[in-house]
Amino acid sequence: MTSGIRFDGVTVRYGDTTVLDALTLTVGPGEVMALLGPSGSGKTTALRAVAGFVQPSAGRVHIGERDVTDLPPYKRGIGMVVQQYALFPHMRVDENVAFGLKARKHPRAEVPGRVAEALEMTGMGAYAKRHPRELSGGQQQRVAIARALAIRPDVLLLDEPLSALDAQLRSGMLAELARLHRELPDVSLLYVTHDQVEALTLADRIAVMDKARLQDCGTPQELYRRPRTEFTASFVGNANLLPVRVAADGVDFAGTALKVPVDGAAPGAAATLCVRPHLVGLGDGPNALRGRISEVQWRGATHRLYVDVGGHRVKADVRELRDTPPLGQEITLHFAPEDAVLLAAGVNDG
Amino acid sequence: MASAGATAPPVAAAARRPRSRTVPTWVWALPPVAVLGFVFLYPLGLVVQESLAPGAYADVLASASFRDALVTTVWLAAGATVGCLVLGFALALVVAFVPFPGARAVSRFIDVFLSFPSFLITLALLFVYGTVGMANGLWTGATGAAEGPFHFLTTPWGVLLAEITYFTPFVMRPLLAAFSQLDTAQLEAASSLGARPARIVRRVILPEALPALAAGGSLVLVMCLNEFGIVLFTGAKGVTTLPMLVYSKAILESDYAAACVVAVVNVAISVGLYAVYRVVSRRAGA
Repeated sequence: MTSGIRFDGVTVRYGDTTVLDALTLTVGPGEVMALLGPSGSGKTTALRAVAGFVQPSAGRVHIGERDVTDLPPYKRGIGMVVQQYALFPHMRVDENVAFGLKARKHPRAEVPGRVAEALEMTGMGAYAKRHPRELSGGQQQRVAIARALAIRPDVLLLDEPLSALDAQLRSGMLAELARLHRELPDVSLLYVTHDQVEALTLADRIAVMDKARLQDCGTPQELYRRPRTEFTASFVGNANLLPVRVAADGVDFAGTALKVPVDGAAPGAAATLCVRPHLVGLGDGPNALRGRISEVQWRGATHRLYVDVGGHRVKADVRELRDTPPLGQEITLHFAPEDAVLLAAGVNDG
Repeated sequence: MASAGATAPPVAAAARRPRSRTVPTWVWALPPVAVLGFVFLYPLGLVVQESLAPGAYADVLASASFRDALVTTVWLAAGATVGCLVLGFALALVVAFVPFPGARAVSRFIDVFLSFPSFLITLALLFVYGTVGMANGLWTGATGAAEGPFHFLTTPWGVLLAEITYFTPFVMRPLLAAFSQLDTAQLEAASSLGARPARIVRRVILPEALPALAAGGSLVLVMCLNEFGIVLFTGAKGVTTLPMLVYSKAILESDYAAACVVAVVNVAISVGLYAVYRVVSRRAGA
């Protein structure tokens, strides 16, 4: 199997603006890679460089063993699904799905079978004779996926494919995409999203992008439990980032000594302590922090407390409280030493 | 909400009350209708009445000059329309989809071009290809021959060239509007599915441009049928179209009855085609 995508120092510039800065990243055959980042982070540019709609100013793009950097899009043999479906409005569903097969001069006799197979796979078999405008958004996106899969690409590019759908439909489609990938284990997926839930749910690995650069890359668990940068910690899982100073066997946070693994950080150095809100508990315990409640949000199963500790805001997600605590109440929080990750300060500034 | 609902009827009533004291609205329609009737419908009626002179239709419709003019008019108009559609589609494709510096300026210029009088184009062509124009001048200067090789401007082909040059922007305008509505993601999707540019134009762009092509094409067809200035200015003596025939019958031969018959036929064809244009452009949502 020779599929997969390799970015080799890919840089994209428009005039003086660098929209993608020396991206080096490998997506293995059959791997699901999510490009996660806020808008303007360069993630869509990276995807478009694979598709061939963006010409890198430097670096090479490989699909499998092939250097495709200088190939036009129609010679790259990739499937692509975009946010707004981009179905051909004057063609029926089956004609849309057949488009790629005909464009690639597929034997005429095989086309109907391949179209039916692709539509069956996405659960749209019953809609073959409809026009796109007669379908709902979710159905149109299924057709767009079927159209991309009909040409049996080695690489499937998905650019915010679920962003135009409402929340409930989105989680259904997410499960559907996961199922499709289990049925097509050899297809590499490059999935661009700004939604961490989509990335955490679907991806084998996540590449976190910000300011045109790759910030971090790892499995969802790695990024979530042991983020390497402040940006990753806050963008994935919205962690508490506490400014601390490294001490002998822990850190000092707003005058409170906390026991956390320091991993050889130099005592006296400034650092950032990352603690997930749902790992912060109420009441006394190891690493206790005293502060006042500045805001309470009820989120159904949980309460999100914002607690002012020595001038810093600490977020805590706790099981739904029977009595909502009043604002200004003094409260004690704690977290286990192993749940904290120490980050060198300013990792993300560059 | 309730208070807004309660105040609404008095406001509506107040708005209605002063109107009941004014004159009925249809009165206001009288002056424009009167002016329109006097300056337009009345002369038109006169033309139709004049054409009904005994034997006028039979004479004109049986005459070879009328049939020649009819054939010339129709084939020139049809040919110019086809030419404008092909050229306009190709140029609009380039302007809309090939990124080049000044593409916006070009599409602005097309709007300006529409305001030019038609004879201006013919005049420009005369300067280039006319008997003493630049092309022939270059030729005679280079070869020393007595006259240049370009004489087509006084033939029907010259009229065709001038009409295509002048009317092509009339096709490009609706096309550019249609292309700006086209989702570029569709073109990219087609491209990633393996379609080369030619297939994308044929299978994706053309089907979505059909309504605009039909609207622009029928507009050009109607305008070409009635074109007078271009034919006159090329000085093509052998090219007699229906409007030219009206001119020569009425002004040169003072045969008003015949001129009116030709005019009525011309008007009938134009109005018929205009009706088609309306139907087509309404379906296109223009």
